[in-house]
Amino acid sequence: MTLASRHRFAIADMREGLRLWRLAWSLAWLDIRLRYRGSMLGPFWLTISTGVMVASLGVLYSALFKMSLREYLPFLALSQVLWAFLATQVSESCAVFTEAEAVIRSVRMSFFMFAIRILMRNVLVLAHNICVIVAVFLFLRIWPGANALVVVLALPLWIANALALSMLLGGVCARFRDIMPIVNSVMQIAFFLTPVIWKPEQLGVHARWLPLNPFFDLLEIVRGPLLGEIPPLSIWAGALGYSAVLCGLSWGFFLRARGRIAFWM
Amino acid sequence: MTVGTMIEVQDLSLLFPLYHGNSRSLKKLLIAAASGRLAEDKQHRVMVRALSGINFSLKSGERLGLIGSNGAGKTTLLRVLAGIYEPVTGTVRVNGTLNALLDPSLGMNLELTGRENILLRGLYNGLSKPQLKALEDDVIEFAELSDFIDLPVRIYSAGMVVRLGFALATAIRPQILLMDEWFLAGDAGFLEKARRRMEEMVRSADTFVLSTHNNAILIEWCTRALWLDKGRIRADGPVRDVVARYVDASS
Repeated sequence: MTLASRHRFAIADMREGLRLWRLAWSLAWLDIRLRYRGSMLGPFWLTISTGVMVASLGVLYSALFKMSLREYLPFLALSQVLWAFLATQVSESCAVFTEAEAVIRSVRMSFFMFAIRILMRNVLVLAHNICVIVAVFLFLRIWPGANALVVVLALPLWIANALALSMLLGGVCARFRDIMPIVNSVMQIAFFLTPVIWKPEQLGVHARWLPLNPFFDLLEIVRGPLLGEIPPLSIWAGALGYSAVLCGLSWGFFLRARGRIAFWM
Repeated sequence: MTVGTMIEVQDLSLLFPLYHGNSRSLKKLLIAAASGRLAEDKQHRVMVRALSGINFSLKSGERLGLIGSNGAGKTTLLRVLAGIYEPVTGTVRVNGTLNALLDPSLGMNLELTGRENILLRGLYNGLSKPQLKALEDDVIEFAELSDFIDLPVRIYSAGMVVRLGFALATAIRPQILLMDEWFLAGDAGFLEKARRRMEEMVRSADTFVLSTHNNAILIEWCTRALWLDKGRIRADGPVRDVVARYVDASS
């Protein structure tokens, strides 16, 4: 197959996936419904557990780090909720195609549609967790101000990265079934190496190395504006650079793998 | 492709890579790469030649039956026609809407309600909103689920599950219908109503491809037969001739 036709097929797959957004949405919605079927509060259990976690960690770590609750709690609430989204997005990306094995083997279906499904599913979960952030901001009477609007610039980057990640990890994990545990342990390490619980300032002079961590850049372009700060250019450069690399890798991989994924099921 | 041709297959070959237990693990690949055996490992990857040198074309109105022993490549050929497996060499051209009944469980999630299952099946087939409504009405009516439609399929009786699955599979009428033999399994006791519905669907399809071991059904429903043997075409012609040769050869 020529490279041009590979590109054509890959673009057609993405188009078809976008056209089937209603299917992706229904699948995502039913995934959530199924997860919580029979439970009274449903996905709001997530809100509660995130809330309890943020409240207890907030009290503990503000004491450990000798920061005021007012200074630390909004940071922690944002970090926790955003990181939970990011980490689930990464780990669920590994199963994006394998969990749909029965469908992939029985109909011709856009692979991109499954990536959209995972993203929509996690956005639904995120929407429930956002309640915790709102509650913290209301409780402390904090208002991020107009700078929060900068977050609009970060959203397309998050969406593109989430989809690219699903297409890449989903395919690689379908081919090599032992990538998934590796990804999960990398994410665990990343959680500690990224300023989620601790604040970047606490690193002192070493903080200038933080933009090398892709998770930090991506987290900061959303968290910073919501805390009322505009992230510096170095962080934007990092976020854009890493996103370009991820999207490029993902596209290159999908060009090669698209016709093979069905055989890997 | 000439006018009226629905499916055209030229020089189709399909190598099926077998990724069993060990060969798909990263460890093995890394070790092989570290010891410089990657290339060799690649050559030694187990490949099954599932189909080779397949040539045929189907015109509008033709009904093709695929026969051959187990492992001859019948289901694989159906999957290639359905666009699930992409051929390594050769081309497959399909002209028209296509529905493949390959897996009875497609879209049937036991935890979801009957209505949700119907919705998903419709969406998988890219139906529009009004079509979705029509599909729902049609399936609920045929499957006689009335009050159960909003309960999870898990609590349905076995009969209800069969009726729902069957109604779903036969509700979407494509121009090209591909059907695997599971669909005919145990149809001896099948309701006359179900049989009528299936025959109606087969008749309303413009072009039909069936893979089966049941020669009686084959002769009844198909006009032409393709005898596959170890991934190659052994015979292609009018259904009665090919079935007769196949029966002779296997007895």
